Amino acid sequence: MFESQESVRKRNPNKNYTGKVMEIKQIDKYHWEIPKTGNMRVPGIVYCTAAMLKGPKQEEPLKQVANVATLPGIQKASLAMPDMHWGYGFPIGGVAAFDWNSGIISPGGVGYDINCGVRLAGTALTESEVRSKLENLVNSLYRNIPSGLGSKGSLKLSVSEEKKVLTEGSRWALQLGFGEEADIDHTEDGGCMPHADPLLVSNRALERGQRQLGTLGSGNHFLEVGVVEAIYDANVAAVFGLFEGQVTLMIHCGSRGFGYQVCDDFLAAMTRHVQKLDIDLPDRQLACAMIRSEMGRRYRNAMACAANYAWANRQILLHKSRDVFQQVFGIGPRDLQMNLVYDVCHNIAKKEEHIIDGQKKVVCVHRKGATRSFPPGHPSLCEKYRNVGQPVIIPGDMGTASYVLAGTEKAMDKTFGSTCHGAGRVLSRKAAKKASKGRAIHRELEDKGIMVRWTGKGTLAEEMPDAYKNVSEVVEVVHGAGISKKVARLKPIAVVKG
Amino acid sequence: MKYKLIDHTADLGIHVFGKDAGDLFANAARAMFDQITDIKKVKGVDKHSIRVKGSDWADLMVNWLRELLYFWTVKEKLVKSVDIVSISEAKLSAVITTETFDTARHSIRNEIKAVTYHQINVEYSTTGWEAQVIFDV
Repeated sequence: MFESQESVRKRNPNKNYTGKVMEIKQIDKYHWEIPKTGNMRVPGIVYCTAAMLKGPKQEEPLKQVANVATLPGIQKASLAMPDMHWGYGFPIGGVAAFDWNSGIISPGGVGYDINCGVRLAGTALTESEVRSKLENLVNSLYRNIPSGLGSKGSLKLSVSEEKKVLTEGSRWALQLGFGEEADIDHTEDGGCMPHADPLLVSNRALERGQRQLGTLGSGNHFLEVGVVEAIYDANVAAVFGLFEGQVTLMIHCGSRGFGYQVCDDFLAAMTRHVQKLDIDLPDRQLACAMIRSEMGRRYRNAMACAANYAWANRQILLHKSRDVFQQVFGIGPRDLQMNLVYDVCHNIAKKEEHIIDGQKKVVCVHRKGATRSFPPGHPSLCEKYRNVGQPVIIPGDMGTASYVLAGTEKAMDKTFGSTCHGAGRVLSRKAAKKASKGRAIHRELEDKGIMVRWTGKGTLAEEMPDAYKNVSEVVEVVHGAGISKKVARLKPIAVVKG
Repeated sequence: MKYKLIDHTADLGIHVFGKDAGDLFANAARAMFDQITDIKKVKGVDKHSIRVKGSDWADLMVNWLRELLYFWTVKEKLVKSVDIVSISEAKLSAVITTETFDTARHSIRNEIKAVTYHQINVEYSTTGWEAQVIFDV
């Protein structure tokens, strides 16, 4: 029953994954190129500094950038943002666009948490007005917003109601009174991806989604009360409704177990499917289908269901947060003015038009741990932001800062209208736990003026500030490279973690 | 149960061993639930028969763990014991016992959300069987 190492390797194509050292060439201060070699159809382009490349464990995500470059129909380059880190198949922080007619779509290029994203709302409150009631506020947010692993919401959906969530997204939440019309305008794609088809999602996915709407979940998901501590572009900040000293609310979460199940189901189906195609995959997790094939269509329309679930979820969480703020400060919605600045998605594949080699082309842009960064004048933007560009929200770790950026023309030119999505992990969860031994992370945060409430046992240690890259350095790269520009910086004052 | 944890920036992985295929697959299941909860506090209340298929050993491993994880993520049942009835590269049949999650008695160590194909590896040699699996948490 023994067999040769060769046949073992054939069955386990990832076995030789750690190969030779990757070649990488500097183009300028913020650009690096992985030259086209082997089966790569295009080069890789990485946005980062020399110091970032010297960081720990950079070899693996660079290999993943090169692996993505081998996939059929890829345009221009396989891209990575400065917050890149090792993902499954595609790196996190990866952006890749595929020709709509001859390219692929891959669940691994979107990620498990489909439409994981972040939304930011302003308020009329200032830090001094909030400080004295901060403890009450954070406790109340923690009590009223279900968080933690497998957290269940107060909403238990029937399957027919759940299917409405899947097709309508944010609008479903609005119809139930969880929000206002402007929330829809200030959400990417109006909080609804078209062509969502609930018939294409499994019963398991529906089952997982029934009890989790209106919940934060666990891991890196959070709800954060912040204060605008610096404004870099006063005109744009004013259009976004931001001012110095203003209290803000940020929500980071996704499609919960529903999106996971959709991704899992299609990874399994495409792993079988891809064997019938003539594609030499360097990694099983890159399983894919041609965009225009039946399998590709099914995934796109199931993924849209999960994207819509996530938008409805974040909309409900915003609504609940508004209620909590009004109650704690004893004011009405008019005095609170918790207006949504914007809601962006981080994990998605979208049909978009881009100029490639001087020609307008329809492509499927995969953003996995990357944010859309559309420029002023783009037709996808609502009227309010048409002249200044799309708000881009970049959450940092819970102890440092978060940023608000604006989309640029250069992003359209260079990165298929994309930029970074956050700080990006540097420590594994295990390493973070080890590094936090003997430390009281919540006390360290409290000393910095940040109150934190959490559910999961290991969550705080795993998510401590040291586990992430410095978000300011990440933002300097995207700002310096011109693929988005700095508008404001926020500092956290209260955090609820799952 | 013989296994080691693998350090992965984004997530959690296991390197698991077994004297034969059945032993390896049973150990992988136990390792996954050992990462999820303290198995000692779980009782084997309900019995279920499971059948999974795979295109090769690695695919079979992912499908097997994925099927077991379904009991947790969807049914909220923790797996207590695993008995492999039959196993080949193409299919596996097993009987497992589970208990419905009870917040009063059970604690959760890690929320494993998915079993990935990332760097999946199952192989055997003269010394026995081993596998590597990365979980999304």
